[in-house]
Amino acid sequence: MGQPRVIIVGAGPAGVRAAETIVAAGLTPIVIDEGQRAGGQIYRRQPENFRRPYKDLYGTDSDRAKAVHDGFDALRDHIDYRAETLVWNIADGHVWTASGTAQDALAYDALILCTGATDRLMPMAGWDLPGTYSMGGAQVALKAQAVSIGSQVVFLGTGPLLYLVASQYIKAGAKVAAVLDTSRFTARITALPDLLSLPSVLWNGIMLTRAIKAVGVPLLTGVTPVAISGDAQTGVTGVTVRLSDGSDRHFAADAVAMGYHLRPETQLADLARCSFAFDELTRQYLPVRDPDGRAEAPTPLYLAGDGARVLGARSAEASGRLAALAALSDLGMPVDQGAMIMLRREVGRYGRFARGLAKAFPWPHQQAAALADDTILCRCECVTVGDVRRTMDVTGAAEANRAKAFSRVGMGRCQGRYCGHAAAEVIAAHGDFPVADAGRLRGQAPVKPLPIAIGEAE
Amino acid sequence: MSQARFVRLAEKDRPAIHLTIDGIRVRAMQGDTLMIAMLTTGGTLRQSEFTDGKRAGFCLMGACQDCWVWTESGHRLRACSTLAEDGMSVTTSQPGASWANHG
Repeated sequence: MGQPRVIIVGAGPAGVRAAETIVAAGLTPIVIDEGQRAGGQIYRRQPENFRRPYKDLYGTDSDRAKAVHDGFDALRDHIDYRAETLVWNIADGHVWTASGTAQDALAYDALILCTGATDRLMPMAGWDLPGTYSMGGAQVALKAQAVSIGSQVVFLGTGPLLYLVASQYIKAGAKVAAVLDTSRFTARITALPDLLSLPSVLWNGIMLTRAIKAVGVPLLTGVTPVAISGDAQTGVTGVTVRLSDGSDRHFAADAVAMGYHLRPETQLADLARCSFAFDELTRQYLPVRDPDGRAEAPTPLYLAGDGARVLGARSAEASGRLAALAALSDLGMPVDQGAMIMLRREVGRYGRFARGLAKAFPWPHQQAAALADDTILCRCECVTVGDVRRTMDVTGAAEANRAKAFSRVGMGRCQGRYCGHAAAEVIAAHGDFPVADAGRLRGQAPVKPLPIAIGEAE
Repeated sequence: MSQARFVRLAEKDRPAIHLTIDGIRVRAMQGDTLMIAMLTTGGTLRQSEFTDGKRAGFCLMGACQDCWVWTESGHRLRACSTLAEDGMSVTTSQPGASWANHG
């Protein structure tokens, strides 16, 4: 009998640490990475011919980023690494992959999903205009390619990334027109007891805010987005928000970075038939797993990093190790129980801090009810908020997948990644029922578009 | 061609490469993704199929699929995750597509 096959999907901080743990146990995992180079998004690597030092790219996290990259490089000869490879389905106990036009189906004895997160978005008038980018996208532009998304950039939304990316832009010499946070400052005081669970991370956050103010960039909290203005051909010309005193303020800009914290990429867990449960604090359905990352699913499935819960990169390293130890233990291999206890404790601490972040920078769900009918909800296919409300009125569809079938909201090429949460809020507000009752969009294979010419691997 | 959207902040001393976008030759740099090459020389990436508007990408991490462009033979490329190469030739509208856009 050969050694058990462990497959790890994703090569960010969780995937790299999971792989390291599996290799340390004497196994050779398959690591499948959509990226060209390991690192994931938060520790995304620049191309090999770029020269900026780690400190410039990752700031206070530069040592951690370097440790993850070095950790992966040391593993390179001990793993079956498949870069630029998409996992497009998990079915019948197999992981279905596509790389270029080649496809493959891999059976597994343990599958560890480290799929990461993408930005959580609330639509607003004009967010389909050229020059509007997700917060994470704005960061990738700078980190991976050394460009700013515009010559005058507004940062709008909420969450730690809002402040991190804005300050990275300022430091890199980009012109930042304003930093606009929908959360009220008082929310941070309410969240303080939880945020104090990681004082150094909290301190880093406070310093970012100070750095933004120090260079004279307007930083407003408690704003309500009104509109991104501009031209459908040439793009963004500015952003208008309503201040807490009820007055409107306009900022001229040719680019907007927007995002309301992050959401886990859970489509693969869904296709692997993991159970989901509604999380009241963050108002979203999340995959069900035990504290070690063991998923509630019919096959040996483990979830780690932000793809399971958005707890940040540090937690991802710990939860990646922990999920790998859980997998090894379930495969009947000896594991260090003491290490597992320490890792559980560490992940628990990050969990408390993440609850603090969710309270300090809440998902602005109340905006959904106030969106005008002509606001585009689905950027892919330009389905409007009014289309979804009318669909509900006409068909009685009062659930996300029904509304999708009738209106195509969430059926576009991003498969609801960027409209799904907002659509659920629009449906719940229009139907006047709790958002949990609006359900969640089911994952569909392929989780990303495939080329038609795809064929069997040689 | 409209005004450049992205602004280069660093790594500006890389070797030059040349691409053709909608028949116009532009200069980019070795290590650029196709998206960066296109948006440091122009303002948009493609025509939306659903409105009369243009698009310039959104997520830059291969999740939103808003940055599709095409080779002249009709092969689809995701501009944010495709490395720009010297001599590459792309179009910002799908070759052969002839449907009318509403809006």
